[in-house]
Amino acid sequence: MSSPIQPVRIKSFVPDAENQSSSGPELVEKHSSLIGSGTGHWADRIFGGAMLLAALSVLAIVLLILTQLYWQSELSIHQFGWKFFTTSNWDPVAGDFGALPFIYGTLVSSFLALLMAAPLGIGVAIFMNEMCPRPLRTPFSYLVELLAAIPSVIYGLWGMFVLVPIMRNYVQPFLAAHFGWTGFFSGPMYGIGMLPASVILAIMVVPFISSITREVMLAVPQPQREAALALGATRWEMLRIGVLRNARIGIMGGIVLALGRALGETMAVTMLIGNRPEIAKSLFAPGYTMASVIANEFSEATDNLYLSALVEIGLALFLVTIVVNILAQGLIWSITRGNTVRAN
Amino acid sequence: MIRRILALFCLALMATAVSAQTKINGAGATFPYPMYSKWFSEYHNQHPDIEFNYQSIGSGGGIRQVLAGTVDFGASDGPMTDAQLADAKVKIVHIPTVLGSVVPAYNIPGVKGEIKFTPNTLSGIFLGRITNWNDAALAKDNPGLNLPNVPIVVVHRSDSSGTSYVFTDYLSKVSPDWQSGPGKGTAVKWPLGLGAKGNEGVAGMIRQMEGSIGYIELIYAEQNKIPFGVVKNAAGQFVKASLASTTAAAATAKMPSDYRVSITNAPGKETYPIASFTWLLIPQHNSDANKHKIIVDFLNWMVNDGQKMTQQLTYAPLPAEVATKVKATIAQLK
Repeated sequence: MSSPIQPVRIKSFVPDAENQSSSGPELVEKHSSLIGSGTGHWADRIFGGAMLLAALSVLAIVLLILTQLYWQSELSIHQFGWKFFTTSNWDPVAGDFGALPFIYGTLVSSFLALLMAAPLGIGVAIFMNEMCPRPLRTPFSYLVELLAAIPSVIYGLWGMFVLVPIMRNYVQPFLAAHFGWTGFFSGPMYGIGMLPASVILAIMVVPFISSITREVMLAVPQPQREAALALGATRWEMLRIGVLRNARIGIMGGIVLALGRALGETMAVTMLIGNRPEIAKSLFAPGYTMASVIANEFSEATDNLYLSALVEIGLALFLVTIVVNILAQGLIWSITRGNTVRAN
Repeated sequence: MIRRILALFCLALMATAVSAQTKINGAGATFPYPMYSKWFSEYHNQHPDIEFNYQSIGSGGGIRQVLAGTVDFGASDGPMTDAQLADAKVKIVHIPTVLGSVVPAYNIPGVKGEIKFTPNTLSGIFLGRITNWNDAALAKDNPGLNLPNVPIVVVHRSDSSGTSYVFTDYLSKVSPDWQSGPGKGTAVKWPLGLGAKGNEGVAGMIRQMEGSIGYIELIYAEQNKIPFGVVKNAAGQFVKASLASTTAAAATAKMPSDYRVSITNAPGKETYPIASFTWLLIPQHNSDANKHKIIVDFLNWMVNDGQKMTQQLTYAPLPAEVATKVKATIAQLK
């Protein structure tokens, strides 16, 4: 009984197979007709071209900014050459310009801000994702994201009227008493200077770090956590091994984004940094940033060389941002590489 | 619904087309902006077909724009330099409009009275030679005040501004060391101190910081009730800044025909020494004759009726003799 059935089954199978094999070329034909037909072909090309154009336009805009900045600052570039980036005299009356204090101020204030904001932002993200009671999670995350929505001039005003007195009356005397020997916390305590500017920057970039860290942590698969816990890890060990190690590339990305924001921030920093083009070891001393000097002096710069020097500061800010971003990308790359090696 | 909105939109468009407004564009100084915007809106009320559009982008921007010919007139707190005037394609006429003065404001714990400053003490403080409020030089001029042993914190403008120009112009005139050092300008290399943005920034910092001194516009100090000192003028009198003493400075100053004059440290017993004109920069010719006529008409109105509005906004009006002279200049514009 079984032998007559089998041919039948085979028979019944064969037409099916034939059907399939016949539908196969049909499908391909259908597709190829789509690809091959004139309109489809052109649509594809146009789409591709449009996307290429969109991508190239970004490149073009960057190049355009760069060339424009270069042209506008040619006068100052010819006058001062590389000395512009290594001297610290900024005298609009005498027409002598050096950008070093501004570059220093921008880098130091941003670096200090990240030093404070990174642990804070990551801490906020860990709390919200892993520890916060569920009903509080949404209002809490709104609050953190609200920080990113506050205009920077409001930060500046708040800084001037709230942060500066706190700095002058409590924080700076404390730092001077306990860490004055380092030389970073000495000199007159104005309340205004590099330190409060860095603190306000840190507050401003925390939401960037925390929300990106949150997203990346959410992307870590749940079994990773469960596996770590199953192996007897404490909560902190689970977070460190199971979550943070997997998420660190994303976290670094968040920090780089925050750095970009900190480098270019103008208004709040201008209101708090003291606007003094000098390089001082003490963080109590006033400083100056590249973005601040442009915002402060551009509107009244009548002299051509003066204007050109300000544009060159813009060029310097542009280049510093690029260099810092490349360095940060390199850092991420080296960490990623380390990760794969360890995984293998 | 959409149709109705479109219809309304068309109507609105037609309405604007019918009124055929002439728009006069100007740009420049921020210091006289409240006065100018009052004048422009008042003039627009009287002549609904004329609209002035003034952007307070700063004196430097005003000079650049009028040189480039992108605006119908400019405005500046400092006169244009000879080099800038030589750059101009058409002759540019300076028309003084109102006056302002700059006052030394301070915050010293326990001191209620007005501090008297001499050219020596004022330049000494901003040069960093006088560093404590109990300095002998200050005490000598202020025997009635018990100036405390508090270090002086100097606050200056961080943004370049006409206010800084007037103040440094004054210091350059009274102190040879200041002239050979920082010099005068909308932004200078300050020997010491903290920089704050705008009058409000300087005033805010002064209010907060004990022992601080800064310079702000008289209008700003008066409106915000910030204490400020009196300054010894060229005639040896201590004079408090006021609209009257500011106008007096313009009256006693020797006026050149092109009005490009600094009136700091002007002679005369009643003059306040740290004062300045602010100017409109008017091209002698405008390719659009209609616009030119409107500007000339406005200027005439400004010297006559406009001057009467200055006091309510606490700007010092032009002295009568200067106003007469300006009228003659405007007549030549035609």
